[in-house]
Amino acid sequence: MKPDWRIAALAAGLIVVCALPFLVSDYRTFQFTLVMVYAIALLGLNILTGFNGQFTLGHGAFYAIGSYTAAILMAHYNVPYWATLPAAAAVCLAAGFLFGLPALRLEGLFLALATLSLAVAMPSILKWKGIEQWTGGVQGIVLIKPEAPFGLPLNQDEWLYYFTLAVAILMFVLAWNLLRGRVGRAIVAIRDQPTAARAMGINSAIYKSVTFGVSAMYAGVAGALGAIAVQFVAPDSFQVGLSFVFLIGAVIGGIYSISGAVFGAAFVLFVPHISEGISRAAPQAIFGAFLIVFMFVMPVGIAGFLRLAWDWARRRIQRSSHVTGEAS
Amino acid sequence: MDAFLLQVLSGLATGGIYASLALAVVMIYKATHVVNFAQGEMAMFSTYLAWQLIQWGMPYWGAFFLTLAISFVGGVAIERIVIRPFESHDATLSVVTVFIGLFLILNSLAGWTWEYTLKSFPSPFPAEAYLGGYLSGHQAGLFAVVLVTLAIVYAFFRFTPLGLAMRAAAENPVSSRLVGIRVGWMLALGWGLAAALGAVAGIMVAPLVFLEPNMMGFVLIYAFAGALLGGIDNPWGAVIGGFAMGVLENIMGVYVVGTELKLTVALVIIIGVLVVKPAGMFGRTVVTRV
Repeated sequence: MKPDWRIAALAAGLIVVCALPFLVSDYRTFQFTLVMVYAIALLGLNILTGFNGQFTLGHGAFYAIGSYTAAILMAHYNVPYWATLPAAAAVCLAAGFLFGLPALRLEGLFLALATLSLAVAMPSILKWKGIEQWTGGVQGIVLIKPEAPFGLPLNQDEWLYYFTLAVAILMFVLAWNLLRGRVGRAIVAIRDQPTAARAMGINSAIYKSVTFGVSAMYAGVAGALGAIAVQFVAPDSFQVGLSFVFLIGAVIGGIYSISGAVFGAAFVLFVPHISEGISRAAPQAIFGAFLIVFMFVMPVGIAGFLRLAWDWARRRIQRSSHVTGEAS
Repeated sequence: MDAFLLQVLSGLATGGIYASLALAVVMIYKATHVVNFAQGEMAMFSTYLAWQLIQWGMPYWGAFFLTLAISFVGGVAIERIVIRPFESHDATLSVVTVFIGLFLILNSLAGWTWEYTLKSFPSPFPAEAYLGGYLSGHQAGLFAVVLVTLAIVYAFFRFTPLGLAMRAAAENPVSSRLVGIRVGWMLALGWGLAAALGAVAGIMVAPLVFLEPNMMGFVLIYAFAGALLGGIDNPWGAVIGGFAMGVLENIMGVYVVGTELKLTVALVIIIGVLVVKPAGMFGRTVVTRV
């Protein structure tokens, strides 16, 4: 019976993330909440681009749709904050599916172009006068931060952290479950061998557009959580740069993995904080340099690198134990 | 009717800028089958260089041509240093990601060096209006510059041996290599030319929109729309598409959707063309063998 290190590591990680709010300041807690929010969005990107091979530069737009769905429901219809998540998920699933249908005809590069133009056009769509009564136009919508329910002894930031943590775990387990079985193999087969996949009877059109929808749903849920966390939505928070940030996080974290989303989210949120002291332009320059360097030396990202390192270390350990076993 | 004519003519003027940038995009696409997402930022950077040269007291046209030369060298250098190592990779992910990286680096370098404040960019053309007040001096001038540039590019590809070699390298790299054309260098030259073309677009659009690191973002989207509308593998189509986008942008903005949703027009055209007729108006339909 060999000990399963992965389960042990997961359990240890879970204990750490549960204890975290009591160890750090409220502001840090808020930052870690945002890391989880971004991790959910990046996971959507990983599913679509990493596993299914559909390139997107437009997930900022779906994040924006999720944010606005949550904000409009909360501000205009008094829907409780937790109930906006399924709504945002449903809206973005539908939006992503509908966008994914025409996107079926587009090969990698042109899909990137189409999604990029969606991301570029999104702020001006949100500012449109015709929907101003709901979106609040350029001003956006201000929200109220939720209180901890059931008289739990937690302040708002701590409660939001645990709420986001629960949602994030749910979303990650769902993704893991989706990708490990038959459906996951079909999704990957479409990326690697589209013709062979079709010959094997995989309905590529349905799979691709549903994957697009699921991926947009992840971005939407993240958007809704993000809106609740920062208590504010406005068109200019959803510029095309947000979609670039998602791509950067996904690539650097490891776009072909599930866990990469967490590393990527931490990277895109903490690196700007560290580097902002140098210059206003520094975070962006560092992002760009990291992107190119990672594509050169480590296209599998941090998660892929860790996996390689782990495999290497395990082989070394096995070999050395093998040798000592023979000697004794 | 007068207002309509005014919109069409000024649309044609800005369309010239889209046409130059679209042509730059198509040149790189034809040679390497990738769309350069950093083309607009390269143009923006060139425009800053021109601004800096003028600030240092250089005469306008001196700065103009020196910037073109620097941009050409810069474009060649980018191809050789950054893009070349990824040529063997077929995956779109790596190439596009590198373009986005390039985009971010150029954008932040410009912001770092020249600050994010808006700068006004001089125009070399007289301020008086032309064609009975339909075109401002700068619009008429930029129209002329763009037409001359396009004519030079056309003549270069049509009548010079080097232009022929570049076309051959883009059309059929394997056979070109067999007859002694250095295909790798032809691609690099293509990048240089595209960078110089982008510089023309940037310098000509700067007096209209103010100089700032993000000024080319919208221009690039319209250029993409123009290139797709005309056919992404057809230089003529890209030029016509670019001009058409300029006119469409104005007319849709004024008469149909309102100025706030002008960008959505580009979105609709990009997605519409890609879905309905991916080859564009004048492009070649690509058949892939599976």
